[in-house]
Amino acid sequence: MKRTTLLSLQIAVGIALLILWHLLTTVKFGAKPILDPFFFSRPLDVLARVWKDFYAGTIWRHLGITLLETVLAFLTGAIGGIVFGFVFARGEIVAAVFDPYIKAANALPRVVLAPIFMLWFGLGIWSKVALGFTLVFFIVFFNVYQGVREVSPTILANARMLGMNERQLLRHVYWPAALTWMFSSLHTSVGFALVGAVVGEYLGSSAGLGYKIHEAESVFDVTGVFAGMVILAIFVIIIDTIVTAIENRLLVWRPQAQSTTAQG
Amino acid sequence: MGESVQAASPAIALRGVSVSFLLPKGGAYAAVASTDLVVAPGEFVAIVGPTGCGKSTLLNVAAGLIQPSTGSASIFGRPLAGLNAEAGFLFQQDALMPWKTALDNVAVALEPKGVPRRQALERARDWLDRVGLAAFADRYPHMLSGGQKKRVALAQILIRDPRILLMDEPFGPLDAQTRQIMGNLLLDLWAQDRKAVLFVTHDLEEAIALADRVVVMSAGPAAVIVGDTMIDLGRPRDIAEIRTEPRFHAIHKQIWATLRGEVQKAYAQGEGRRA
Repeated sequence: MKRTTLLSLQIAVGIALLILWHLLTTVKFGAKPILDPFFFSRPLDVLARVWKDFYAGTIWRHLGITLLETVLAFLTGAIGGIVFGFVFARGEIVAAVFDPYIKAANALPRVVLAPIFMLWFGLGIWSKVALGFTLVFFIVFFNVYQGVREVSPTILANARMLGMNERQLLRHVYWPAALTWMFSSLHTSVGFALVGAVVGEYLGSSAGLGYKIHEAESVFDVTGVFAGMVILAIFVIIIDTIVTAIENRLLVWRPQAQSTTAQG
Repeated sequence: MGESVQAASPAIALRGVSVSFLLPKGGAYAAVASTDLVVAPGEFVAIVGPTGCGKSTLLNVAAGLIQPSTGSASIFGRPLAGLNAEAGFLFQQDALMPWKTALDNVAVALEPKGVPRRQALERARDWLDRVGLAAFADRYPHMLSGGQKKRVALAQILIRDPRILLMDEPFGPLDAQTRQIMGNLLLDLWAQDRKAVLFVTHDLEEAIALADRVVVMSAGPAAVIVGDTMIDLGRPRDIAEIRTEPRFHAIHKQIWATLRGEVQKAYAQGEGRRA
């Protein structure tokens, strides 16, 4: 399919849904529209609220805080995941001993940790960073662990035959292999960093997008909730675009990274 | 290169080497039974044999990648402990680091020797030129064809100037024409300083065309050497042309007489195992 056709179809779907929403909440059957605008709001109202939030500038502080939390959660989680992934992959005994605990910790729904983090780290950004960390850490950890364990035995044997010592193997073989796996999960882990931040804010804070949504919800301001969601969606798309750009830059040696952009 | 000094001690000497692998279900599989193999300095030896006969196992012993269960390996008169530092190993499968360009893949081979990076890159460029890939220095392995990848791998090994080359069906995955081109390239590069070569292949024609001596291994398990033939064809050789010579056919017929029985045995075993 041609790129322009695809784009226009994509836009058409969005507009159709908005029109449907608009009609269901405005056209009246008897006394009331099919969907009560009090519970469903209206697309134009939401748009107006988003515009107002940006125009008045009140949203920037909240966006900034959510962004800061996301970045911090991603960085700490990724660094922790890489370090532990390496240690566990290279140390058979450590991996075997800790295996059940890692599995148990990973199986735990991380949201239940949020109240504890709030008690430990307070209502500021650090309880949200901690929540995001627990989400990002395991994704990166398992990917790096897998990446280091599954380095091609031929590449490894070849590097050894070239005379590489442990440090050189780490630098030229294990590290790039682990990074590949980490980057392949980059979208997921950045997404989870954001989830950690927003959910944390939602459960208790005084700033951030999650806080904005929670605040609107608590006064039955459905328009405010939808406006918060729209802003969050825009925010996610921008972050995802940046991540894709970084990924394409760093994984230029990978065949798949190019075939996806070469389409159309 | 000091041939007189080394003349006394062979480049590779495997004496009474046997290799068995432990099976996951218990017990052991004897891949190679008590085998002697000697490669003189500057000699090009090819090992042929049916698939799964343990040719590669023997090569891995010479590389130090596998420890023999009995017997010993010595390299230039010194017993082999750990990896064979005198040898370059060309693998059958892709062994290049996919995250490095062709140039970096070659240059990185000099890092263990402590060569400064700038100098390593310069020498790597020179080697890519010698294998005919000067224009492909910045390509990543996935952008190269099978033959080009083998060229890079060859440059990666030769840049370290090892005294022994170990090659495990290196041209196996390539098409017929590319194999011939690669064979001629290998002979050209080899003729410059005549390293000792141990070359494993299942292709008898390739073995005769390349080597000074062709060793035939029996069908596994417990493979042994059942044939050892000097190839008295002149050098320099052209892989494609030499196949038309009468002497080539005579040698081929002679070795095939031995190899054929082993191939049939291996085939029969394969069928038996399946039944």
